[in-house]
Amino acid sequence: MYDFSYHRPKSVADAVGLLKSKPEARAMSGGMTLIPTLKQRLARPSDVVDLGGVKELAGIKVEGNNVVIGGMTRHADVASSAEVKASIPALAYLAGHIGDPQVRNRGTMGGSVANNDPAADYPGAVVALNATVTTNTGKHAADSFFKGLFETALADGELITSISFPKAEKAAYMKFPNPASRYAMVGVFVAKTASGVRVAVTGAGACVFRVKAMEDALAKNFTSAAIKDIKIPADGLNSDIHGSAEYRAHLVGVMARRAVDAANK
Amino acid sequence: MTSATGIGARVLRTEDKRFLTGTGRYVDDLPLSRATYAYFLRSPHAHAKIKSIDISAAAKMPGVVNIFTGKDLVDAKVGGLICGWVVKDKHGQPHKSPAHPVMAVDTVRYVGDTVAMIVANSHDEAKDAAEAIKVDYDVKPANVDLAKALDKGAAEVHPEAPGNLVYDWEIGVKADVDAAFAKAAHVTKLDLVNNRLIPNAMEPRAAAADYDKGTGNYTLWSTSQNPHVLRLILSAFVLGIPEHKLRVIAPDVGGGFGSKIFCYADETMVCWAASRVGRPIKWTAERSESFQTDCHGRDHVTHAELALDKDGKFLALKVETIANMGAYLSTFSTAVPTYLYATLLAGQYTTPLIYANVKAALTHTAPVDAYRGAGRPEATFVIESIVSKAAAEMKIDAAELRRKNFIPSTAFPYQTPVALQYDSGNYPPIIDEAMKIADYKGFEARRAEAKSRGKLRGIGFSSYIEACGLAPSQVIGQLGGGVGQWESAQIKFNPTGNVQILTGAHSHGQGHETTFAQLIHDKLGVPMEQIEVVHGDTSTTPFGMGSYGSRSLAVGGSAIMKAADKVIAKGKKIAAHLMEASVADVEFENGVFKVAGTDKNVPLGQVIFAAYVPHNYPITEVEPGMDENAFYDPANFVYPAGTQICELEIDPETGTTEIVNFTAIDDFGNIINPMIVEGQVHGGIVQGVGQALMEGAVYDKSTGQLISGSFMDYTMPRADNFPSFKLGYKHTPCPHNPLGVKGCGEAGAIASPAAVMNAIHNALSPIGVKHVEMPATPLNVWQSIQGAQRQAAE
Ligand SMILES: Cc1cc2nc3c(=O)[nH]c(=O)nc-3n(C[C@H](O)[C@H](O)[C@H](O)COP(=O)(O)OP(=O)(O)OC[C@H]3O[C@@H](n4cnc5c(N)ncnc54)[C@H](O)[C@@H]3O)c2cc1C
Repeated sequence: MYDFSYHRPKSVADAVGLLKSKPEARAMSGGMTLIPTLKQRLARPSDVVDLGGVKELAGIKVEGNNVVIGGMTRHADVASSAEVKASIPALAYLAGHIGDPQVRNRGTMGGSVANNDPAADYPGAVVALNATVTTNTGKHAADSFFKGLFETALADGELITSISFPKAEKAAYMKFPNPASRYAMVGVFVAKTASGVRVAVTGAGACVFRVKAMEDALAKNFTSAAIKDIKIPADGLNSDIHGSAEYRAHLVGVMARRAVDAANK
Repeated sequence: MTSATGIGARVLRTEDKRFLTGTGRYVDDLPLSRATYAYFLRSPHAHAKIKSIDISAAAKMPGVVNIFTGKDLVDAKVGGLICGWVVKDKHGQPHKSPAHPVMAVDTVRYVGDTVAMIVANSHDEAKDAAEAIKVDYDVKPANVDLAKALDKGAAEVHPEAPGNLVYDWEIGVKADVDAAFAKAAHVTKLDLVNNRLIPNAMEPRAAAADYDKGTGNYTLWSTSQNPHVLRLILSAFVLGIPEHKLRVIAPDVGGGFGSKIFCYADETMVCWAASRVGRPIKWTAERSESFQTDCHGRDHVTHAELALDKDGKFLALKVETIANMGAYLSTFSTAVPTYLYATLLAGQYTTPLIYANVKAALTHTAPVDAYRGAGRPEATFVIESIVSKAAAEMKIDAAELRRKNFIPSTAFPYQTPVALQYDSGNYPPIIDEAMKIADYKGFEARRAEAKSRGKLRGIGFSSYIEACGLAPSQVIGQLGGGVGQWESAQIKFNPTGNVQILTGAHSHGQGHETTFAQLIHDKLGVPMEQIEVVHGDTSTTPFGMGSYGSRSLAVGGSAIMKAADKVIAKGKKIAAHLMEASVADVEFENGVFKVAGTDKNVPLGQVIFAAYVPHNYPITEVEPGMDENAFYDPANFVYPAGTQICELEIDPETGTTEIVNFTAIDDFGNIINPMIVEGQVHGGIVQGVGQALMEGAVYDKSTGQLISGSFMDYTMPRADNFPSFKLGYKHTPCPHNPLGVKGCGEAGAIASPAAVMNAIHNALSPIGVKHVEMPATPLNVWQSIQGAQRQAAE
């Protein structure tokens, strides 16, 4: 990796101050994406601002009808949290199926959502549960947060402080892992919450997307039979050595049906 | 002697203590004062002319000590890398032998070809400087698709090999085989691809070198499976450093699977440059360099035909293979698809006539060479696939067809039509045992139950034989091999009675330190903790050939037994003197010399002490000391054989395959440490299943970029992909080595791809799928199912 200056602030304010004052500063939470990027010399930040010392960023609490998870909360903590398991078991399940134990013990909610890797799992949950992303400057609704391939609504120097997930009446996540990386090749999060039924797909396209036709059908009849004839067009879906666009389109249907069945269990 | 730690005992591996506590010493761990660090600039193109290389800006970068390019090697008259095995084509001509410059001079021929070496005070500074080197490439069309590599118009890799053909080789008499086909009641035809694999040893390749100006001695630490052979190649062919002035040390090495047999550009450069730089140089491959530059394995395109009579007796086998050599001929590359492949095509069967034609092709891809099994997995895959296909076509049970054609146990030694003479074996009890353990009888019920859950269940056999324990030197010489294939051992007792076994074999995961110690413990009665196995250093161990081809125990272990016999013979003379008896009356048992029929005895330790402190000693007849060495050249290969049965379930909706049962019954002859053997079989099966279901080196067919260039895209098998394996053994001891052992290191990887793919075909044929290539990834299986459904609809 190239040389950079390393900082470990103790508060969000200090972290934001550093990010704004340095020309090419990058925030780091678990480093699970950032460090490999640096090692491969694909990024050259002047400064790395490690959020690991910012205590206010980590933690899980239940606030009314919402589970609020701090940006620095590790995947392993989400997976094993009694609150998450009780309120939104599908979210705990999702977190428990990210990467491997090492990644789950380093990787974070904020880092994953801010990075918006097309094959990341969390974006599916954020969109399907209609979560709210809170930053040091304001709030983003899920639907307007994920903008495209590795692109989000975050401005320069804006940090995710927490994400608030509404409790779900029914929810499930079905992941078809990429055989090599085990990221999501297709992941479908189906949820029935106060905002209705949502079906969010990650891994299949450039960015997480919703399947309106399935949502409408499930709103009327929340069973896998209700969506069995809904075909997803392959146009614009990802295609690589592990999965053609047609295969991914097909898997969206399979994973969605299995998710609905799991949510009904 | 049978004891808790002797031959046959499940002794925990003594080396594991250091491996599991992080105290192993690998090349990269070496503390070398004043060390510099090397970084290699690699070609980003599959095929390009180098118009110019400008190092001027890079040379001025901070920390840079020196930069070398191919031109520096030409100026210094450094030789190229060699291919050590001359294969003669069907006209008796030696194979085409294109130049293999250590670093590219005017042309790069694969993504990863070495362009420049940067030596700096730190790894990062070397890498910074590499980015400042300006190479002007004239990019040329690349020849990447093996099936088309020999076609007219394919981009030529080397002018010395017109049409990219390295050799057109054959074995067997085609006319005889054709005549047998003309009379056949049934002919089964099969086209298949043996997918290209990337070895991915856990420890990447590494090298470090130090030059001692005072003595003119070089020391090279290298992640080598065979340090003496590496030294020999570097001395005699590449660098010209006299052999006695070059010490090669292969310390702890974290896996090789063949990829660390060969002499690569990297260690050659590190060694050569050490004297020019005047400081030690260290280099460790980054993982992406391993993907691009380790020699890859397999990569065949094959057409095979099997002729059978009406009862299913095999009449003849015909095989045509194009084998990928990559861009340059690596150290043993030419032998792998010929002598290690086509000579195995008889398998366990009495097929009387076999003809094989192998064309070796050059492509703009990384060199291809031996990888766990080397040729034998490819042969087994051809035979066992076509036998199962024939069984399905003729509606004969797959096990029954195999049994019908097995070489009977009374026929050994058995001369095959493809050169080898199998020394021993008894195949029917192996398949019987495998079928019993796998509950073959209950399979159809399990298939039906799976169907009720929406799953397609299949079962597949693979009955393999392999020739390993490389090898009788004369045979190797006749076939064009450039080295002897014996092994050496030295047993060096210390005055206090403990002992060092020095071996020319090299352990890089196999557990030699335990297995070899068990041999001496068993034979001489020395306690395990007083035995040290020393390997991997050309200055301390006798010249030896290293470890590959499942040879360490069968050949290296036999050398140890020979040396131990010499210890006993000498010990008897000393003991006779001490007991005032005649040598002829002295017996040795359980570590004690005895006079037969009396209670007179002296323990070995006392004899050793007398040998080093020869105060009361037959000094005029026996030399002092106890340090015996032996060289063992095997009389034949050894022939492990076995049957594997794989049972799996496919989810037709997603194409995902789950292995639900895996049985392997092997005949490895006598077994020294069953726990280590199990580990070898487990690892081998996993590697073979990896090939069948997951692994595949994928190059972009037009640009030659390695698409599967990291673990993000190259699927490695993981523990959670497997059930617990069911293993068992049958024993027909090898008749020609003192231990009665056969090899076990490659068997799992040799047999399993066919077992898995036969199970896949068995599962999918009821829904009309005809053929699935490896790797049977979910995408591949799903597409095959879609294809069959489309066909059915038409
Ligand atoms: C081997 C491996 C396997 C993996 N498998 C999966 C998988 O199956 N599924 C999956 O979803 N993911 C997977 N991941 C990714 C993992 O889940 C990490 O969460 C993800 O890489 C982000 O890493 P991180 O949280 O450590 O963030 P970092 O790497 O520290 O940061 C990532 C990016 O986000 C920015 N950032 C970090 N924190 C914040 C914040 N609070 N606000 C704003 N921006 C921020 C950083 O500047 C950086 O650009 C895998 C990773 C690895 C290494």
